[in-house]
Amino acid sequence: MIKNINVALIGNPNTGKTSVFNALTGLNQKVGNYPGITVEKKHGSCRLDRVTKARILDLPGTYSLNASSMDESVVVELLLNKNDLDFPDVAVVVTDVENLKRNLLLFTQIKDLEIPTVLVINMSDQMQRKGIKIDREKLEEKLNTRIVLVSTRKNSGVEELKQILVDYRSISTTPILDPISIDQNYFEGLSKAFPNQSLYKLWLVITQDVNFAKLERHKVPDTAQFKTQSKSYLKKLQQRETIKRYQTINQILKETYQVNRNEATDLRSKLDNLLIHKFWGYIIFFMILLSIFQAIFDWSSVPMDFIDTSFAQLSEWTKTQMPAGILTDLLTEGVISGLGGIVIFIPQIAFLFLFISILEETGYMSRVVFLMDRSLRKFGLSGKSVVPLISGTACAIPAVMATRNIENWKERLITILVVPFTTCSARLPVYMILISLVVPNERLLGINYQGLTLMGLYLIGFLMAILSSSILNAFLKSPNKSYFVVEMPNYKLPLLKNVSLTVWEKTRSFVVEAGKIILAISILLWFMASFGPGNNFSNAEEIVSQKYASQSINEMELENKIASFRLENSYIGILGKSIEPLIRPLGYDWKIGIALISSFAAREVFVATLATIYSVESDAEETIKSRMAGEIRSDGSKLFNLATGISLMLFYAFAMQCMSTLAIVKKETNSWKWPMVQLFSMTVIAYLSAFIAYQILK
Amino acid sequence: MFPLDQLALGQKAIIESIETDFLPLKLIEMGCLPGNEISLLYLAPFRDPLYLKIDEAHLAIRKEVARYIMVKPLMDD
Repeated sequence: MIKNINVALIGNPNTGKTSVFNALTGLNQKVGNYPGITVEKKHGSCRLDRVTKARILDLPGTYSLNASSMDESVVVELLLNKNDLDFPDVAVVVTDVENLKRNLLLFTQIKDLEIPTVLVINMSDQMQRKGIKIDREKLEEKLNTRIVLVSTRKNSGVEELKQILVDYRSISTTPILDPISIDQNYFEGLSKAFPNQSLYKLWLVITQDVNFAKLERHKVPDTAQFKTQSKSYLKKLQQRETIKRYQTINQILKETYQVNRNEATDLRSKLDNLLIHKFWGYIIFFMILLSIFQAIFDWSSVPMDFIDTSFAQLSEWTKTQMPAGILTDLLTEGVISGLGGIVIFIPQIAFLFLFISILEETGYMSRVVFLMDRSLRKFGLSGKSVVPLISGTACAIPAVMATRNIENWKERLITILVVPFTTCSARLPVYMILISLVVPNERLLGINYQGLTLMGLYLIGFLMAILSSSILNAFLKSPNKSYFVVEMPNYKLPLLKNVSLTVWEKTRSFVVEAGKIILAISILLWFMASFGPGNNFSNAEEIVSQKYASQSINEMELENKIASFRLENSYIGILGKSIEPLIRPLGYDWKIGIALISSFAAREVFVATLATIYSVESDAEETIKSRMAGEIRSDGSKLFNLATGISLMLFYAFAMQCMSTLAIVKKETNSWKWPMVQLFSMTVIAYLSAFIAYQILK
Repeated sequence: MFPLDQLALGQKAIIESIETDFLPLKLIEMGCLPGNEISLLYLAPFRDPLYLKIDEAHLAIRKEVARYIMVKPLMDD
């Protein structure tokens, strides 16, 4: 009989909590969302011993239980709700050996909730180098708990942690701080009103209202009379609680923790001197961005070419293996080409997340926040907006979700509204194919024009984000003052396991989440292109043959004419044609019109759509690109010339062509107002800039 | 005694008092308490934000918040 226990991992940001989670669960982990809100929920499973299995929940990083953001309130919500299915049997507080004092603040709060709480001191391999000595037995005695020294880098301590978790019932649940010592009057009153209740829990329930008005209440007795105290009084009490806790912690650490600073080596200041230098810091940041984009463009081209040809061959091979008919067409022209359209972008997404997770893991991202805060603040953004804006280069959806750690509502809203302007990976496929069609693959002073164009598009997206945020900054009103407190973590070598799990998770979610939509739309499009209403569609062969009967054209040409005629009269052709007058001034024909409509589901569908449209129309073995290059206008000129290419790129740079982003913005802002504002204004900007570009360049 | 934003770069000081109504609780939780040692490690352009070492914690705050933290400089050792 296997016994299951719930384990919650709790800790400050930058303590390596996720590394501990990864060390325990490996690939047995799932990432989802808490119901109703968009805070990421990570859980996984781990076999502790022959008879015990742990369900491990990796709670969002928090500095204390006095929540000031939605992420942090998730932690408080869970720990106050014994009826929650995730309520932990045992809590593990992960701390960083170097910041033990600050980390213990959270530990004492968790311990005071009367949950068995294990203390993990992480990065213990750094102790000698940093000159730190810990009297573990004494500290265990003082904190009244079990302590494990863990090093995920050296892979030590994890087995010991598992053993302690199995034995969690033996851990004391005695609180550390008596709330009465914070303010005798207040807490004695509270105790009289609610006898037999944990004072600390009551206090948390009361103060969470102070910090987070929208938090949903759990079944806790009516605390109204204790809320009548003024907010600033409650805030003072919270501060007094913090001070009390630090006094207790200082007392304990005095006897158990020693640092000999002379032994400490100072990598931090050496790197900081350079990386946040007033001049070189910015140059280095710019160089890092530049090399990331060049690398994504150059490195991913090899696997992409391989994927491209493989799927074309697979499609051909399948055709020869199956009897001709509607099912074969569905498989080769709908399913396989749709799948190819998903798989081909894996290399770029993986490379981008590789870089982003390395920047996060090393601690460099906080330096970027420091460098950028002041310049971004002018536009109504926070230094913290850099992370969403950079994550936005992968996908606006996680980026919008990443705005959650911006405490100030106005800065957060502006960041959410402008993030979709940054160049997300779904735009890459569109850009890549258009760039390779209309920009020459030549070099000037060793710099590739195509790479340069791509960088220009990234810049243009970023500039538009900045421009629109300063406009929003002038119009939006702020309800409260901005709080900006950013921890500057130590520099660390990135852990391979953490980086690869991030890359895996992001790529997987792209393939699964975006892939579902892409595949569904590919099949839908194939259907819409293969069927049509009325006589024109069903009698296409007859009509076209009659029309060209007197002319001498070969069989091949005739077949293409029939296919083209059929497509024009299919459901999709009719839809595309109906918007043609609207998009002709931008340089687009009805086929591009179809792609524009369908790519509202997700931008990358643009390419998959064109693939389907063209493969239906002519030979399937031609790859998408060469088929597009061969497309001509009625006057014989190339359809995808420079003017149309640039116009399309600008349209995709600015348009809100992504219903998933709209959905997430609705969720995050809790109203349809903001996504609708986004949709309308971005479409207008996109249309106008594409119009101007085409009219000038044509 | 003067506000933190006027501390010289590289200078160490002791936190004397804080105007708690203006200070985010998070800052106090990160160790910004009277009696603790504070030093100004780096400044971004225009002296804002400030990169501080408070007790053992390294963190960045904006000038607008630093104004409410009163410090007394320590003599160089």
